[in-house]
Amino acid sequence: MGTIIWYLIPALVMFCCGVYGFMTRRNMIAMLISLELMLNAVDINFVVFNRYLYPGQLDGMMFTLFAIAIAAAETALAIAIIINIYRSAKNIDVRDVTRMKF
Amino acid sequence: MDYSQFLIMKQEIGLLIVFLLVFLYDTFASKKATGVLPAVTCCLFAIFTALGFIPCMGIENDAFEGMYQTSATVTAIKNILNVGMLIVMIQSIKWANSEFQAIRRGEFYELLLVTLFGMYLMISSRHFLLFVIGLETASLPLAAMVAFNKNRYESHEAAVKYILTACFSSAIFLFGLSLVYGLAGSLYYREIAMMVTGSGFGAMIIVALAFVIGGVGFKLSLVPFHLWTADVYQGAPTNVTSYLSVISKGAAAFAFLVILTQAFGTLYSKAWEWMLYGLIILTITVGNLFAIRQRNMKRFLAFSSISQAGYIMLGVIADNAMGTSALMYYILVYIFSNLAAFGVIGAIENNCDKGDMTDYNGLSKTNPRLAFTMMLAMFSLAGIPPFAGFFSKFFIFTSAINQGSTAIYVLVLIALINTIISLYYYLLVVKAMYINTDGECPVGTFKSACSERLAMWICVAGIIIIGLASPIYDYLLTIG
Repeated sequence: MGTIIWYLIPALVMFCCGVYGFMTRRNMIAMLISLELMLNAVDINFVVFNRYLYPGQLDGMMFTLFAIAIAAAETALAIAIIINIYRSAKNIDVRDVTRMKF
Repeated sequence: MDYSQFLIMKQEIGLLIVFLLVFLYDTFASKKATGVLPAVTCCLFAIFTALGFIPCMGIENDAFEGMYQTSATVTAIKNILNVGMLIVMIQSIKWANSEFQAIRRGEFYELLLVTLFGMYLMISSRHFLLFVIGLETASLPLAAMVAFNKNRYESHEAAVKYILTACFSSAIFLFGLSLVYGLAGSLYYREIAMMVTGSGFGAMIIVALAFVIGGVGFKLSLVPFHLWTADVYQGAPTNVTSYLSVISKGAAAFAFLVILTQAFGTLYSKAWEWMLYGLIILTITVGNLFAIRQRNMKRFLAFSSISQAGYIMLGVIADNAMGTSALMYYILVYIFSNLAAFGVIGAIENNCDKGDMTDYNGLSKTNPRLAFTMMLAMFSLAGIPPFAGFFSKFFIFTSAINQGSTAIYVLVLIALINTIISLYYYLLVVKAMYINTDGECPVGTFKSACSERLAMWICVAGIIIIGLASPIYDYLLTIG
């Protein structure tokens, strides 16, 4: 139990950095990178819980594999959409993507 | 491994077959033959929908050691979603065949079918891995569909807002799940339910649960996770908006109910009753208050759908069998009412490209049938007695009151007051159509396409028949 903390705290810090980055960054690609940080923190959590608390099973590891694949799909789609935005607005700053409001 | 258990997933297999047929038709048919692709898809899907009503579909069974489960309730909600999906497909025919979209109409219908497949998995899963796969299968293609109007900037803006919030919410959800896994050591709903009964976990499980509710709340657009809704609804093509607002929301609501009652059922009074309590009050009130100030019809319906999601959640907080049936009935009624409204909006947009509430002035003079359909839809959404919307609200309030505690009585009272507030803005639309007829009428007389009329007829029939005939609710009550 003593060692597991040294994996969970970095994962938590990574997750919080991701949330902070997502809230404060104004460039859409940077927001996507923050999202990746959050998703990777989740993956670390799953693997660590699996390895230290439930070494007899593989649930967490399998979940991580699926989560990585899903994250890749999400990123690919998000980048495709951001490219579309760039083509029509020549800019990927979220402050400029505000034609629809309230 | 016993491969025969795949056969338990009858509806998923049926949907996959429909998808493959459409895909092959789209790929190999001649250019001329693809012109009828939307109609062919609708026919195939209609057959598939009809097959879903065969009684043997509802036999209770599970596959993959309980990861996947089917039962009469699950089959019923899938059938309800199928009916809604069929109406959306019929509504989309004209739009998909329009000059600009024609080249991509195959993709549109394929993506629709894939998202429905994801929703099936969400509904049937009894293991969080399958749920997450279903959730992403349902929400990622939707982002592509939101961006479908390639020549309109709003469509891209809506898509980027949707995909970023969807990714963010699924990250939040997954983080909650990882904590649940750490505490329970399993991702099966039933094993989580067994593990979290002990009081030893305390605060940790509540934090995990809050993350999970937050994540799913994004999909359901509960306040305070609703900020993406209005922009996405406004920017997306109208058919995609109607799909997002009813089918996607209905599936997420039912899956939410299953997760909360089956995986975290033991934590009801300890944790999620109070979380949902706050969420429902906020959702209904904020949705209503913001709907009042909207002038664009799609944004207006976005906020209306936010407050409707709050009403749907009353069926979850009821935490009894009647709540489940009332929730399914509410979704069914909501599908017909909302799709009728979106059918009218879509028809007007296709013909005159107008979508503000002031554009509806005098609609009853130029297009009396469209105005009548819209009026029925508004009455049903507001819950005026002879129409279905009244009974769905009635049953969902009754189920919540049956839960019995005083706090829930107060909640239902707040919901009732909000129903009266909502009457105001629903009737604003009716007023524009029937009373503001003196000035000019921005929308000229036109004849809508026969596919659009068919879809509206189905919706109107649904609103009236479900309101007057009780067998549907009786059936849902027996399986709830």
